[in-house]
Amino acid sequence: MSTAPTLLSVEGLSKSYGGVHAVREVSFALRAGEILALIGPNGAGKSTCFDMLNGQTTPGAGRISLLGGDTTGKKPREIWRLGVGRTFQITATFPTMTVRENVQVALVSYGRQLFNLWASTPRFARDEAGRLLELVGMSGYAERPCGELAYGDLKRLELAIALANQPKLLLMDEPTAGMAPRERIDLMRLTAGIAREKSIGVLFTEHDMDVVFEHADRILVLNRGSLIAEGSPEEVRRNPQVRAIYLGEGLVYDARHREGLPS
Amino acid sequence: MRRRYLLGAGLAIMVAGMAQSALAQSGEIKIGEINSYSLLPAFTEPYRKGWQLALEEVNAAGGINGKKLVVVSKDDSGKPADATTAANELVSSEKVVMLTGTFLSNIGLAVSDFANQKKVFFLAAEPLTDAITWSKGNRYTFRLRPSNYMQAAMLAEAAAKLPAKRWATVAPNYEYGQSAVAVFKKLMSEKRPDIQWVDEQWPPFGKLDAGPVVQAIAASNPEAILNVTFGADLVKFVREGNTRGLFKDRAVVSFLTGEPEYLDPLKEETPVGWIVTGYPWYDIKTPDHDKFIKAYQAKFNDYPRLGSIVGYQTIKAAAAILIKANSEDPEKMIAAAEGLTMPSPFGEITFRKIDHQSTLGAYVGKTAVKDGKGIMVDSVYRDGKDYLPSDAEVSKMRPKD
Amino acid sequence: MAFYFVQFLTGLASAASLFLVASGLSIIFGVTRIVNFAHGAFYMLGAYVAFTLTERFSGALGFWAGIVVASLVVAVVGVLVEMVLLRRIYHAPELFQLLATFGLTLMVQDLVVMIWGPNDLLGRRAPGFRGAVEFFGQNIPTYDLFLIALSPIVLGLLWLLFQRTRWGVLVRAATQDRDMVAALGVNQKWLFTSVFALGVFLAALGGALQIPRDAVHHALDLRIIVDVFVVVVIGGLGSIIGAFVAAVLVSELNAFGILIFPKISIILVFLVMAVVLIVRPWGLFGKQEAPARRTPGLTVNPWRPLSQGERIAAWAGLAVAAMLPLVSGDYALTVGSEIAIFVIFAASLHFLMSVGGLASFGHAAYFGLGAYGIAFLAKMAGLPMIACLLLGPLLGCLGAAIFGFFAVQLSGVYFAMLTLAFAQIVWSIAFQWVAVTGGDNGILGLWPEKWAAGPASFYWLSIGIAALAVAALRIITFSPFGYALRATRDSLLRSEAIGIDAKRIQWTAFVIAGTVAGVAGALFAYLKGSVFPDSLGISLSVDALVMVLLGGVETVSGAVIGAIVYKMLSIWLVSQTDLSKLVLGGVIVLMVVAFPKGIVGMLETLRNLRRRSEPAKPALLKSRIEGAE
Repeated sequence: MSTAPTLLSVEGLSKSYGGVHAVREVSFALRAGEILALIGPNGAGKSTCFDMLNGQTTPGAGRISLLGGDTTGKKPREIWRLGVGRTFQITATFPTMTVRENVQVALVSYGRQLFNLWASTPRFARDEAGRLLELVGMSGYAERPCGELAYGDLKRLELAIALANQPKLLLMDEPTAGMAPRERIDLMRLTAGIAREKSIGVLFTEHDMDVVFEHADRILVLNRGSLIAEGSPEEVRRNPQVRAIYLGEGLVYDARHREGLPS
Repeated sequence: MRRRYLLGAGLAIMVAGMAQSALAQSGEIKIGEINSYSLLPAFTEPYRKGWQLALEEVNAAGGINGKKLVVVSKDDSGKPADATTAANELVSSEKVVMLTGTFLSNIGLAVSDFANQKKVFFLAAEPLTDAITWSKGNRYTFRLRPSNYMQAAMLAEAAAKLPAKRWATVAPNYEYGQSAVAVFKKLMSEKRPDIQWVDEQWPPFGKLDAGPVVQAIAASNPEAILNVTFGADLVKFVREGNTRGLFKDRAVVSFLTGEPEYLDPLKEETPVGWIVTGYPWYDIKTPDHDKFIKAYQAKFNDYPRLGSIVGYQTIKAAAAILIKANSEDPEKMIAAAEGLTMPSPFGEITFRKIDHQSTLGAYVGKTAVKDGKGIMVDSVYRDGKDYLPSDAEVSKMRPKD
Repeated sequence: MAFYFVQFLTGLASAASLFLVASGLSIIFGVTRIVNFAHGAFYMLGAYVAFTLTERFSGALGFWAGIVVASLVVAVVGVLVEMVLLRRIYHAPELFQLLATFGLTLMVQDLVVMIWGPNDLLGRRAPGFRGAVEFFGQNIPTYDLFLIALSPIVLGLLWLLFQRTRWGVLVRAATQDRDMVAALGVNQKWLFTSVFALGVFLAALGGALQIPRDAVHHALDLRIIVDVFVVVVIGGLGSIIGAFVAAVLVSELNAFGILIFPKISIILVFLVMAVVLIVRPWGLFGKQEAPARRTPGLTVNPWRPLSQGERIAAWAGLAVAAMLPLVSGDYALTVGSEIAIFVIFAASLHFLMSVGGLASFGHAAYFGLGAYGIAFLAKMAGLPMIACLLLGPLLGCLGAAIFGFFAVQLSGVYFAMLTLAFAQIVWSIAFQWVAVTGGDNGILGLWPEKWAAGPASFYWLSIGIAALAVAALRIITFSPFGYALRATRDSLLRSEAIGIDAKRIQWTAFVIAGTVAGVAGALFAYLKGSVFPDSLGISLSVDALVMVLLGGVETVSGAVIGAIVYKMLSIWLVSQTDLSKLVLGGVIVLMVVAFPKGIVGMLETLRNLRRRSEPAKPALLKSRIEGAE
């Protein structure tokens, strides 16, 4: 694994809003097939960091390179074209389309057919969309209106959409937020399986420490905008600074998660 | 899906409805009438009363060579496109032999062009634009009311006698206002090469912001003002001008302001001494007008506006043309109308052969206030025939048939 | 110097009435998200009622009490409207309330003539404020001074109301986040009603205060409504201070603008708005709106192409329509042609609105440009009809390409208002540039060539092109491009995250819609034989909106039915009665209440109800509907 090529490298990433440093001098790297978790208490700068990686926010300083090319300040759609799939904390799908159509639109875009005025989309890449849905276990829902889906299924759908451009890197912002514990584990197992099989790098933020410690190869810990720890789950678990933050601040997660606590 | 079927079915129902009305009874002769009844009720209501009175009189006097005259009246909602639809309905399904009416210039022109295309006789009642008989004139179109040019000429005649040398103008910013100002300027400059045009204001029609406009005119310190605004714009202009003293020691010459339609709303705020064209119905002492006003007041229990005269004379003229032509052939009607002379409440009028303009004139006088109401005093009737350009000029402007 | 100072004061006085009306509109929009087209009607009613009261009760007390009582009376009318009509349709798609208030406006225009008569009415002058004071040789009306003082007072009172009362805090919270207030357990119904009452009161007060300087007449509403919308948008929706600043800005620019360009008034507000929106997309004091209320997303039934049976039915329908000339007269055929043309026009706007989620308030611009394109080609270049029909719409295409580029940078109501501004700019060019366009006297003599001149031939031509246009738009709707466009409508975030350049997609859609509208305009020019600036005007844009909303904005081709129903009804009513506005407005209001999803939307819902006995509403949808109520 350590010999896999570096997919993403971040150097000195910073962003401040009106004098407040949301993210300060963050650097890390991610290899192909690696699953990397970004954790930290509320307000630690995870979302800002994430938004800079996917192009939603322009970095104040620093450099992001993806597959060797500089992507600092590029737009989300340009980053997507380089092979980055993403899911959102609050799912973003197309509620007026069927589940299959949601995936088909992504395939249309991937096939650079966006300005095709003639073809019939319902017939476009039908089987390919079907395969992606099968991969995430959504085959049975293909013709359902997306607006009717339960939240967990929407998360799976997002994963299928994110896989449509055969990404090399997946950016997942709180992939299991709002899901039942059982669903969380299923979804992350699914994601990890796909990532390992296709050698896709995954960067995700997460509140649920169960999920983090079970699936992450490595963990980055942010606090007040700075990276304070980095390493394997075991190393992070033992880090006194991390423990201080999580225990000292009275905890950000509830009793249900306590078993996942650094002990 | 079923939507086109619905279209077909819907249209079929309309068609069935029309087929009935198209069955013109023999012994009747129908003319079509179009006006902006819903958009401009203040002007078109008196107009409608006028033509209703005329229709009654025509039929009481034996109709059109024994046939009963029927007027089919349609609203154009103030839009040229709707007017064309109405004209089409009148001609195609009501089978009228003639179109009449219209108030706004652009609607008059649209119907006139329609008439030319479909070869239907059109007697335009009220539109003022010079284009309808001149630059865009056609052989199927006649016009009753004194045109923009004629009114400008009447006013310029009076205005040229004023000592004022510095003039400002205010007019609504559309074709009517623009051409009224242009003609007036041209005629004035011919009579008085010494005058100077010091300011012009072009408020949007219906949206005059009176304060800044009055203030801007006052700033140019003119000795006289030409006003072409009317309706609600005029009310605002007059009120603001009165308050700010704009009209003090200044002569004002104003289009149409003496017409009761525009003068009456001003009530006690009517400015005094403006030179205006209009219709002083209280002051006209001719037998024809006496007869008209008695009949009008008896029928409607209301006093006439200028629109009443125009509506009345339109149907009278239409009847005279149909009687003389004694035919439903538009060519025969044109032949009958050209040069036709008939009486009117204002005196004898003639439809000129050269441009199809009637010689109906207007009264020129001064505004005054009496018992809290605006009136015209010192009014004189100006016969339209004296205020038209030479035949040579007219034929130069008018396209060949 | 004194002159410029007085001109400045005069501008401030003009700003006062604009501000009063605009602040009311802004408050209503901020909280309820209703684009209240009837705001001008309430302004007009305020003037009429105040006229009646001040005529009856003379004296200073009678006058001032009359003004206030009139505003209160109209506010009560507003409350009734809100409770009886608007409450029923808060959960309808966005802009549907616009349709309802548009219907009301039509009704009020005829009603005031029935109640107060057709003549312009001259109200009393304000006691104590009849004259003018002199200032270095310049006269300043005392009533102007009163108005100048009044508007900051009203602004201050509103500020106190919003900052210092619990009600005001709730209103501000609701302006920022409606869902949050619903979550706090506030009774939204009464919050909305009270906000509507306040807004209407301000509008009526603005109208009532005009009677000492204006005439009271039945066109007052249309005269003010568009300007007020513009002021609200320049200031930033929901911002009262913004409305104040914008009113002053527009009035002062006008007061001084006319000194240099006397013809500027007609276009000024729209120029200002266009510039402001291009530079500051949310107005001077507005904030970027959270994309919370993307209501088109409420459609639970995804669109699908026509089935085989439906396709056959459509062909059969077209065949039936094509047989009309066999059974009917010329008039019916011309009406049929006109309806077909409006089907094209409405379908083009519908494409933009329903597929793209872009509600244009100025779609007539491209219709009119197509018509003028024909006029220029036929009259100046003397091209044959076929060439004109092919090339004329390109003017619409060009206009859409230029204006669309700027418009798609914005969204929601700001998009709507920028399109309106562009349409008004084009309209005033056509209206004023007499040498080229003939001004309001238009361009005449554009009749079709012999092969298409007969009513039947022209009818076939029109329905043929209409069928082609509707089919083409349907194909595009289901094409990859159509899906990409829907994607940008459903979720900008997601579409960007899958590589879709939303602006380019929307711009392309705008150009497509503009070109198709141009085709409709081109045919219209030949049908009428003439072109007038009307065909670029606001009322035509509104007609198109009404057709789309009536048909159902959430449907694929609802505009076809909407156009047929609306156009047939309006042609028939105009032909049958002078009170066409009253009846048409009434019908629209009834339809809005009866079919809150539009006619076709209603039919589809019924069909789906039959198909699925148990209409399981998703939790998300349910909560949104409750939130809206």
